[in-house]
Amino acid sequence: MNLGEFARKRLGFASAALMAVALLATPQSGYAQATPRLDAQAENVAREDIPESQAAEPSTLDVAPGAGEVARLGPEWIKGQPALGGVNFQDQYSPNGEYALWMHNAILLPLITFICLLVLGLLLYVVVRFNRRRNTVPSRTAHNTVIEVVWTLVPVLVLVFIAIPSITLLARQYQAAPEDALTVKVTGYQWYWGYTYPDNGGFEVISNMLPPEQAIERGEPAILAVDNRLVVPAGEPIRIQTTGADVIHSFAIPSMWFKIDAVPGRLNERVLYIEEPGIYYGQCSELCGARHAYMPIAVEALPRPQFDAWVLAQGGTLGGPDLPTAPAPRQEPESSVSGAPGAGVPEPLEDPAAGPNSPTAPAPLSPPGVTAGPTA
Amino acid sequence: MATTADHFQAHADEHHHDADHKPGFFARWFMSTNHKDIGTLYLIFAIFAGVIGGAISGVMRAELADPGIQVLTPLVGWLYNETDLDQALHMWNVLITAHGLIMVFFMVMPAMIGGFGNWFIPLMIGAPDMAFPRMNNVSFWLTFVAFISLLLSSFVPGGTGLGAGTGWTVYAPLSTSGSVGPAVDFAIFSLHLAGAGSILGAINFITTILNMRAPGMTLHKMPLFVWSVLVTAFLLLLALPVLAAAITMLLTDRNFGTTFFDPAGGGDPVLYQHLFWFFGHPEVYIMILPGFGMISQIIATFSRKPVFGYLGMAYAMVAIGVVGFVVWAHHMYVVGLNVNTKMYFTAATMVIAVPTGIKIFSWIATMWGGSLEFKSPMVWALGFIFLFTVGGVTGVVLANGGIDDYMHDTYYVVAHFHYVLSLGAVFALFAGFYYWFPKMSGRMHSEMLAHIHFWIFFVGVNMIFFPMHFLGMDGMPRRIPDYPAAYAYWNQFATVGYWIMAGSMLVFFANMLYAFTAGKKAAPNYWGEGATTLEWTLTSPPPYHQFETLPVIDDVDHDHGGTVAPA
Repeated sequence: MNLGEFARKRLGFASAALMAVALLATPQSGYAQATPRLDAQAENVAREDIPESQAAEPSTLDVAPGAGEVARLGPEWIKGQPALGGVNFQDQYSPNGEYALWMHNAILLPLITFICLLVLGLLLYVVVRFNRRRNTVPSRTAHNTVIEVVWTLVPVLVLVFIAIPSITLLARQYQAAPEDALTVKVTGYQWYWGYTYPDNGGFEVISNMLPPEQAIERGEPAILAVDNRLVVPAGEPIRIQTTGADVIHSFAIPSMWFKIDAVPGRLNERVLYIEEPGIYYGQCSELCGARHAYMPIAVEALPRPQFDAWVLAQGGTLGGPDLPTAPAPRQEPESSVSGAPGAGVPEPLEDPAAGPNSPTAPAPLSPPGVTAGPTA
Repeated sequence: MATTADHFQAHADEHHHDADHKPGFFARWFMSTNHKDIGTLYLIFAIFAGVIGGAISGVMRAELADPGIQVLTPLVGWLYNETDLDQALHMWNVLITAHGLIMVFFMVMPAMIGGFGNWFIPLMIGAPDMAFPRMNNVSFWLTFVAFISLLLSSFVPGGTGLGAGTGWTVYAPLSTSGSVGPAVDFAIFSLHLAGAGSILGAINFITTILNMRAPGMTLHKMPLFVWSVLVTAFLLLLALPVLAAAITMLLTDRNFGTTFFDPAGGGDPVLYQHLFWFFGHPEVYIMILPGFGMISQIIATFSRKPVFGYLGMAYAMVAIGVVGFVVWAHHMYVVGLNVNTKMYFTAATMVIAVPTGIKIFSWIATMWGGSLEFKSPMVWALGFIFLFTVGGVTGVVLANGGIDDYMHDTYYVVAHFHYVLSLGAVFALFAGFYYWFPKMSGRMHSEMLAHIHFWIFFVGVNMIFFPMHFLGMDGMPRRIPDYPAAYAYWNQFATVGYWIMAGSMLVFFANMLYAFTAGKKAAPNYWGEGATTLEWTLTSPPPYHQFETLPVIDDVDHDHGGTVAPA
């Protein structure tokens, strides 16, 4: 991607975002615009191999709640991605990410810059002041208890000062999810991701990297774009549970300051809170074999109503865990999944490419108390 | 000191009128029991391994110069006659594994401990040789065979393709169920042999330093390089058996049906990581502590001043060694540790910054008021202090468990550990090499070429590794041969830096060629009055057997640490 393309894309994103905000502000007009597109949208979900229409599609967030929309956000919604030739952190879209970024930029970075410059300054000073020409007779000073105590204690104080926000950040990252939070189980396979929704019927979405040409056709970054994204609601805490099916993988979304290993035989849990709808990319971050570079993560955060509609379109259910399969599995049972990327989906229910069961599912929105999180 | 040495030399001459009684070529170099010859073997071996490891990083940088897979496909075609893309991708993992293992086990450790340690520990403490000369030989040849085993591993199946593609950490289950074929077994065997060699070496150094110091040289009068190797040897002795246990369990998991790291049989992959990093973290101090020691000697020599705060410097190394054993899980912040564990390891890790800070400030204080002369070793040492500081402060950032939810396994980590190793340990190695090369070879190198080498190398490695901070902050994961287009710019930049660095190595080898063909003969103490340790009392090169009459260290001795020893 050259700079011009990049700039056009950023501009396109900005205008699309503005448009979307305007549309959100006037829901009825959005509804009017969205309705005629429903069929096309459904078709897109049913046949993921037709990507061209996606890039051209304007925002789909204007769909009315409950309309059975099975949206796939267009490239103008890409928010969490690396900057071209970037020298800084990715923009943060979660409260913990913002806090961590603040801690780095306001405390750590100034401090380490200061220390480096201090050492460099002292080195340059001794080089200039105490070289053999200017200082022919060396002193024999080899002790100064006061200064030795100072340069032991001052770093201790500095570290204690760093430890305060550091411990705070850890405490925030480990806050448990509310009991009624949506659970998504992320399974790392060699070399793709599976996203299971135990609260919504337990279907699993298999997510493979798109071939680079296809990604670029869709207006998405190569190596980061996937066929089926991890779809989650924005603006509410989500319980992410990770495990590995074969070897250790690591589920990472830099723009959420989020990274947790997917370890076989373990179920790791962290809360993910995405502040606004959008597309956020990440990559597997633990060496997992040959195609380690090719198992990206793409998160699509939708407003709650659109998310519910998406769940229904996948053949899932609303209203909390199904009784028979209720608790999230403790051990990893999916070892029989075929290793060929894209080939295997363990259970027939789950294949998103099989087409939505019914785009116009009548399902009333979730009963109160089950998905009580604030909706965007 | 000088009087002591003259006294000794007079004695030596009486007993050694003619030759050094050197054995014939084969007996001397293949059955050696002479600490200097074994040190030379280690140094040649380390340079050879370093060239291979550096060439591998050249292949890696060439592949990373652009998005997509360009170099790996022709490489597997040329090496193995394979054209499969997965083979090429597996080749990448083989390269990163080999680069890591070679640089850690077969370049830095043999050079620092086997090379300079063997050469200068006996000389600095006034001992005739190491305590166990034959075991010393065994250590070297174990290391050598270990290297052969590692090289062999890349020609046998290792899962997706030929070679072990597990990363130098050999994490289970990628290294067990994830890598079918004998390649990983060869790599594990290599680690076993290298580890055994290092343990034997560590026993040898501890015994030598504790038992064979010249009369009057108390522990608190030892040169700091000896202190650093003593601490390092203890770290090796305590850490390597844990690695040996961990990789033995890997071996039985792979071949004999055990399930130490397999959840299907009640094991846990994370157990392997705990065991590995209980070794792995002390290992990084094993790689840098002898460098600390060398830098202390060099700074004192070229400042013509005793080291500032000798006791603080010695015990800072001891503190680093002790604390280094209780911080291992900061390599595992995202495996799913609980919050209290993570808070503890965050706090403990940050503690290491304190003794490290003491060392940095003491080096500067050593120069303060000194009479600095910028010979090549001093220039490399100054480069070391600054670059190690840069690598150290990013370590403080990474120490924060919460920050690592972003940074873990990104290029920021790669930048950090290359700043402390590739720009820390390696700068210390070059500083030590230029400091002692004439002492070892008897020939002076070209100071001008050594300075040119420094400046080009400095520019090159900073171009390689500084942009990696940016890549990491932009989110680029480690250990990938292909990446999103956003990362192309700084990767290309780093690759240019690699070629600059490689060019500087040509200057280095030209300098060696010059020294051996046209270099001036080196005087016993060619650095002048600032160089005060015992090796400078001997000829360059030292006699084949030295100190047959032990030197006696004065009661009041300002020279080594500049301290009137309290003990």
